[in-house]
Amino acid sequence: MNQEWDSVVNAKKKNIWPDLKEVWNFRDLVFLFVKRDFVSIYKQTLLGPIWLFIQPLTTTFIYVFIFGNLANLGTDGLPKPLFYLTGIVSWTFFSEVFTKSSGIFLANSHIFTKVYFPRLIIIISVFFSSLIRMGIQLLLLISLMIYFILNQDFHFNLTWHLLFLPIIVFLIALIGIGLGMIVSSLTIKYRDLNNLIQFGVQLLMYATPVVYSMASMPSKYKKFILYNPLAPLIEGIRFCSFGAGELSFSGLLFSLTFGVIIFLTGLLAFKISESDFIDNI
Amino acid sequence: MSIAIKIENLSKLYKLGSVNSGSLSMDLQRWYTTKILKNEDPYLKLGEENDRKIKSNSGIVYSLRDINLEIEQGSSLAIIGRNGAGKSTLLKVLSRITSPTTGSIKVKGRIASLLEVGTGFHPDLTGRENIFINGAILGMRKHEIQRNLDEIISFSGVEKYIDTPVKRYSSGMYVRLAFSVAAHLESEILIVDEVLAVGDFDFQKKCLEKMNQIQKLDGRTVIFVSHNVISLKALCSKAILLEKGNIVSEGNIDLVINNYLGTKDSEKNYNKVKIENSNFDFLFIGAKNEDKNFQDPIERVKPILLEIEYNNKSNLEDVYFNIKFKDEEGRFFLLTHSIGSPKLISLGKGRAQMRIPKGFFNDGIYSFDIWVQHKGNTVQTLAKIESALTLKILPEQRDLGAWMGKEQGYIWHNLEWRKIVD
Repeated sequence: MNQEWDSVVNAKKKNIWPDLKEVWNFRDLVFLFVKRDFVSIYKQTLLGPIWLFIQPLTTTFIYVFIFGNLANLGTDGLPKPLFYLTGIVSWTFFSEVFTKSSGIFLANSHIFTKVYFPRLIIIISVFFSSLIRMGIQLLLLISLMIYFILNQDFHFNLTWHLLFLPIIVFLIALIGIGLGMIVSSLTIKYRDLNNLIQFGVQLLMYATPVVYSMASMPSKYKKFILYNPLAPLIEGIRFCSFGAGELSFSGLLFSLTFGVIIFLTGLLAFKISESDFIDNI
Repeated sequence: MSIAIKIENLSKLYKLGSVNSGSLSMDLQRWYTTKILKNEDPYLKLGEENDRKIKSNSGIVYSLRDINLEIEQGSSLAIIGRNGAGKSTLLKVLSRITSPTTGSIKVKGRIASLLEVGTGFHPDLTGRENIFINGAILGMRKHEIQRNLDEIISFSGVEKYIDTPVKRYSSGMYVRLAFSVAAHLESEILIVDEVLAVGDFDFQKKCLEKMNQIQKLDGRTVIFVSHNVISLKALCSKAILLEKGNIVSEGNIDLVINNYLGTKDSEKNYNKVKIENSNFDFLFIGAKNEDKNFQDPIERVKPILLEIEYNNKSNLEDVYFNIKFKDEEGRFFLLTHSIGSPKLISLGKGRAQMRIPKGFFNDGIYSFDIWVQHKGNTVQTLAKIESALTLKILPEQRDLGAWMGKEQGYIWHNLEWRKIVD
């Protein structure tokens, strides 16, 4: 009898690449997970979604005070709050995508041990949740910008560079998710990696031009920072939005190459470990 | 009839005693000592003492071994087996939660597996929101959930609280809601693991009826795992029996259940005994249904025969049996003796039989003591045997909609009634 099977599990022929058709069939779940993320976090809170603004605003104030006023680091001629807020919003996006996807197996093991759906769904919904959160924080950034245009002597030029922004954001996500998936596969066996992640992200931030600009870096340190594939991206975000700082295409190309390689590696590691992670956890 | 699931040469291996330190620093240390310093593995020493038993064999356990199975579309299959027989592993491999070591599974249609009710429920979300998330996790599209939403809510019986966060629910309400999502899945294949044992009687009855409808009316394939033999009999037509990861019996549900119940050595229905007694020997004690053998399981709805083979070495002829039934915990509840049949026990070897009318005992596990007594001026006990046999009496087949649990009490017998007309 010759039949068409809808799904085949074969121990010998394991699929290395994710079944995109299957992921597509579960697309509603992505939406529901994203919705659950938002609704569950802000239910029974006093200020609700306003928390999304409080965190970057306070951090911006602190950075303005410490790095801007005390350390007197250059901000590429941008108003200090605008400079730091841009960095913080972009970095928060990266760190959220990265830490959430790296903890994916441990955080969802109660679901994963009971029911099957493409595990990539969670990764995808992490991406969208973080993207939406960044989108909301972008509103804050835009209002701050309008404030500076109206009250201070700040000129904003709309340039075609703005079109690069989505690409850069996408590259940040690519690196974050790629690294996250690699780590998530490792955390199945090594739980202590999770502790490393928490402060590793903090350290990484200081190796990325978030609180300083590339231009203000002495050249002997600069070459090290250029090895950081996130550096051209964060710098690029500020360049594309405000024309501040520098955008090197070679840097972007480096980030792109790194991003693609790390993402594919992550996808592979993720796919290998998802099939029997419940036996190892 | 087309095949819904085809399993070929499926095996699943688990490594026993594989030393996994569980932390990166320990593994690095281990790698350093073994590979760089070429020393002995420090963690093997820890495991050694406990591992001695396992080390004698390969340290690998087959949780499933060479399973070949075809499940027809629209059929209902029960998976039976004792704890550790591989039932859960089979379900997990079938529902793709874990992958097989060898072999393949081919599936036609969507599989929804209910290894747990309410997977993915978030306490802060309302009942309605959770219906959508849970349904989507189980593989339903949003419009399918939307289409069934009213039915899901009314089936669960928690309409009043549907917009309340589920953390405010009682555990019964929670389970009801979770189950009704599961009951309205539109997948072609449904795998159900022991989750029917939820809720109160009314809800349980509703669930079983729903399951039956899914299979019989909608023509979907259902796979059940349960320890409740009664509900399995009512729901399934076929069964497989797993033992140590192998399918040892396959086919008609009654047959497989009988095999399952028959395999328990400790609960065989006969006992070849030899009592060291100067006056009276027991040679054989056994129980069976009237038309069955001693190896078969005993059902409560058929007459039960109790047979005793003896050697009466005393020269007394008017001896009688005194039998005291007790429950699993040793509480006596029934006394019967053979005084009414004076010539029952002869001198020398002989056999005696006691007939328990059909539908006398409730289903359950019982035991009994046998006393052999002689009544002269005083009562003299020639021999006695305690807990001569473990009697496992099975319940009758029940129809759906009936109570699937166990009735209380030891005796469940129809007595005579008549109308009194003044």
